[in-house]
Amino acid sequence: MTNEKSDYWKIDEKLIDHISKVSRLSLTEKEKEKYLKQLADILKTFKEIDEVDTENVEPSFHPLPLSNVWREDEVKKWKWDPLKNTEHKEEKCFKGPRIV
Amino acid sequence: MIFIDSLVFQHVRNAREGNIDFDDFSQKVIEKSEKIQKKYLPFVTLVEKPVKPEKKGKLFYLPISVKDCICTEGIQSSAGSKILKGYVPPFDATSVRKVRDEGVFILGKTNQDEFGFGTFSINSGYDIPRNPLDPERSAGGSSGGAACLTAVADFPHVALAESTGGSISSPAAFTGTVGLTPTYGRVSRWGLIDYANSMDKIGVIGKCVNDVALIFSAISGHDPLDSTSLDIPDEDFTKNLNQPIKGMKAGVPKEYFEEGVDEKIKKIVWQGIKKLENLGVDIKEVSLPHTKYSVASYYIIAVCEASTNLSKYCGMRYGLHEPLDGNFDEYFSKVREDGFGEEAKRRIILGTYARMAGYRNAYYLKALKVRTKIIEDFKTAFKNVDVLLAPSMPVIAPKFKEIEKLEPIDHYMMDILTLGPNLAGIPMLSVPCGAVNGMPVGMHILADHLKEKNIFKIASSFEKVKK
Repeated sequence: MTNEKSDYWKIDEKLIDHISKVSRLSLTEKEKEKYLKQLADILKTFKEIDEVDTENVEPSFHPLPLSNVWREDEVKKWKWDPLKNTEHKEEKCFKGPRIV
Repeated sequence: MIFIDSLVFQHVRNAREGNIDFDDFSQKVIEKSEKIQKKYLPFVTLVEKPVKPEKKGKLFYLPISVKDCICTEGIQSSAGSKILKGYVPPFDATSVRKVRDEGVFILGKTNQDEFGFGTFSINSGYDIPRNPLDPERSAGGSSGGAACLTAVADFPHVALAESTGGSISSPAAFTGTVGLTPTYGRVSRWGLIDYANSMDKIGVIGKCVNDVALIFSAISGHDPLDSTSLDIPDEDFTKNLNQPIKGMKAGVPKEYFEEGVDEKIKKIVWQGIKKLENLGVDIKEVSLPHTKYSVASYYIIAVCEASTNLSKYCGMRYGLHEPLDGNFDEYFSKVREDGFGEEAKRRIILGTYARMAGYRNAYYLKALKVRTKIIEDFKTAFKNVDVLLAPSMPVIAPKFKEIEKLEPIDHYMMDILTLGPNLAGIPMLSVPCGAVNGMPVGMHILADHLKEKNIFKIASSFEKVKK
């Protein structure tokens, strides 16, 4: 994918096709058209963050500083049936769609 | 000891003294809820026969509602989304378990924008909750069902709600209820169906500040199951109610009274601020210079996190299922196309785009750096003040026909006053402050991380003098 600075803040038809493919959304032509227009408006507003000087500023992945949260690795008995909420199962396995 | 009162406090006292028959009381509350549901649609799921509480705790026999995105054992939890229709968790979220341990019973799951994606609850995969004060208007979002039920219920009730970017303050302001969004990490997120992990917070909506303090004390606290949960001692927040506030310092952020905020709302909130000044609170103007950038920073971070979270929904293990036709690509794409609503798809597209190779630094990392600047704004302000005061929302609850005319970016801009505090993970509470055209206006009280006690002090005094 292109990463030229001038291409930022733009989603065109080719890009939305790629995005819907990798995010597993089968969008209709009508949906695509609508999203393209709305996303252009949204990205125009989002572009404002380019105005902020963030030289030497650390990113905040969390609002409060958190690091190395560990707990003991304890073996516990699984009380729930993981297959309870699925319609697609066979014996003790989930059943999925075919791969190829 | 200071006597604290409300319908909820009276009810719990009565129940603990043995004056309430559970079967009779719960039946009446369910019947009333059914009538409310017919008129205002606050529920996705209304329980038919509530589970009788076993423990005679601090919330004995108190009916509560739980936002649909918070997991409840044995009751469908679908986060307002069709893609999770039919999902019945085999466990309770930590916050739910904690209130169950104190003796509550669950009335049902309240409606919301799908996964929290919205400000007016119109993006639900189910019905759209109405504002009980004017059913032509929105009850706010995304915790619209929680606020709707809280506003209209004439029985003791408190709602567990959730906010990522303003989903508690918006509906609380629009319905004239009290909504608390705690410090990020104060309440365990374990069992919460996630929207944006670095911002999701479980909170409370109640009819009054006292009720909110009571339930918040029960749900807050460290949980080893949530690695972002803060390892700090438990607090009883009801101790901060009815305390003297003379000499406390409050800042008024000038950017929160600028263009875009309804003039009538500004006037009402200023009247509220003057009332606090009359109680001896020292008022000063402060500045949060990066406010303007909070919409872009929030939405970029939120869609990045959300699009990652939503990738797990594919119609295999829970929720929406379809016949296993086609290969995995075709099957997953079909389930996701059918199960997600329009706003969810928009956020998946935006988030996937912003995380793409080559774009990540320009969008996601940049937004996280701007977030640092926004957090610094708040930290600077809180060096000199105990709380910040502002309008909760820039408008009163809009009519559905007005909302129809808005473009997605207009929806996002409605969150301008709540996004900064939510990005910073600071606690905030919306308290009713007055009315414009008969619709409630909320005043937002913000405090530094873990300073909920300052909020409760100010809010509880304000509630008494606001009329």
